[in-house]
Amino acid sequence: MFSRSSQRGILPGFGLTLGVTLLYFVIIVALPLLAMLYKSFNLGWADFWSVVSSERALATYRITIGAAALATVLNAIFGVLLAWVLVRYEFPGRRLLDAVVDLPFALPTAVAGLALVTVFSSNGWFGQYLEPLGIKVAYAPLGIALAMMFTSIPFVVRTVQPVLEDVAADVEEAARSLGATNWQIFARIIWPAIFPAFIAGCSLSFARSLGEFGAIVFISGNLPFETEVMSLLVFIRLDEYDYPAAAALATVMLVTAFVMLFVTNSIQAWQLRYADRN
Amino acid sequence: MQTATSLVSPAAIGQPSRRHGIKPSRLSQCLLIASAVFLSILFIGVPMAVIFTYAFREGIAVYFTQILQPATLHAVWLTVLTAIVVVPINMIFGICVAWLVTRFRFPGRRLLITLIEIPFSVSPIVAGVTYLFLYGSQGLLGPLLESYDIKIMFTVPAIFLVSLFVTSPFVARELIPLMQAQGSEDEEAAITLGATGLQTFFYVTLPNVRWALLYGAVLCNARVMGEFGAVSVVSGAIRGQTNTLPLQIELLFNDYNVTGAFAASSTLALIAVVTLVLKYLLERKQVS
Repeated sequence: MFSRSSQRGILPGFGLTLGVTLLYFVIIVALPLLAMLYKSFNLGWADFWSVVSSERALATYRITIGAAALATVLNAIFGVLLAWVLVRYEFPGRRLLDAVVDLPFALPTAVAGLALVTVFSSNGWFGQYLEPLGIKVAYAPLGIALAMMFTSIPFVVRTVQPVLEDVAADVEEAARSLGATNWQIFARIIWPAIFPAFIAGCSLSFARSLGEFGAIVFISGNLPFETEVMSLLVFIRLDEYDYPAAAALATVMLVTAFVMLFVTNSIQAWQLRYADRN
Repeated sequence: MQTATSLVSPAAIGQPSRRHGIKPSRLSQCLLIASAVFLSILFIGVPMAVIFTYAFREGIAVYFTQILQPATLHAVWLTVLTAIVVVPINMIFGICVAWLVTRFRFPGRRLLITLIEIPFSVSPIVAGVTYLFLYGSQGLLGPLLESYDIKIMFTVPAIFLVSLFVTSPFVARELIPLMQAQGSEDEEAAITLGATGLQTFFYVTLPNVRWALLYGAVLCNARVMGEFGAVSVVSGAIRGQTNTLPLQIELLFNDYNVTGAFAASSTLALIAVVTLVLKYLLERKQVS
């Protein structure tokens, strides 16, 4: 504790950086957020509630959460598989695969949406074979889930990968020499070690999927009650100049995002404690 | 197994990078690698391939005609301009935040680190809406701005502002862990030897963190150039005036100009690939 004053004494710039940081944060981040919350509160509770609990809004919650859950489950499986292969095996093209995993973050969401809808439309590369089988992806809920999945592929991989790298080889060796099978080693040693990171990655992926807009707009078809997600309904209300409704719905999204941020932070704190103990 | 053997040479497969307890049979290792590669091609490779295939499907001449359309060219210019304005500002902000939270201990420090990251968790649409309710005519400052005849919403400055919001944490997030790990002994030594604050920063801190700074800037740039949701709320989407490239792509797509949309997309996809290459190179620099 006594180092606090001495540290602040030696290095200059505390006042300057604190001032710049707070000023910038207030102007760029806090003020707009507060303006929207203020607008939303001005609506009054009754009006706010009638907007956010309308049939159409409820349908968007159901569709958004359902598609985000599906996307997260797919990414959970794909993410662990990718992390495992990238960490445990050496094969030609491993470095390339490792780099390609980040592509969904680097590629603009609008470009991803355009590419996905083209691939899965009825005359697209995949769509022409899927639609005769009765699997409709483009302009259907499945397409929304796929767009969400694409934009959040790296989350699970990138949270699990470093933890998997740190799993001590000697513990696994010990288990092996004591006669554990491969599956037992994975289930009893590796899985518990990567589990907190895995859950953290899943919650990041889920949170991102709840708010996704750019990729979904292209592929969803935007039909009310069928393929309309939360972010899209906000946008439609803006287009109709129904600003109070847009503010109320955006507030629901913001509160959801804060809840997810809290959940993710708690999981990551748990993960850090977990990592320290090992 | 056909896919596996054609993609990776059999001799090199199945050599674990380190000694581990789990030693699956060669067959299951090959299957795991093959399925990871196959799914990556399916979900990441194919969408990338489709962009360039469709962009060039009517020939290279048509591709360039589409790119050189005045509205698309203007969108390219506006996108580049936004990056030129936003990235340096967020670099300065990132440096300030990182210096503040890694070089000083003060009450509320952890809270500040969490607050700074808020824009990452906010949906781009919500980001756009918040600016509308601050600067729009319906917004908090709208009437005040109107009385001075200042219009921010649906203009180019609105695109700058919302892009600043969306990408504000990128540089700080790369610098904080690095500067935390490096500690402040070097800077303290410089100050003790009589260097000024700025000299210490430019000659001691900056050389130590330059690759991480550049890395953050590259990621920030990719996001600025590709931002869609937030920008689509605050830009009036006026053709040839306030359309950035991602908005122009949607516009061309809705006009049924698929080749034009893909030609515009290919430029952004190329930027994404360049971003990944730079990321790879900068990560290697950081390690060495």
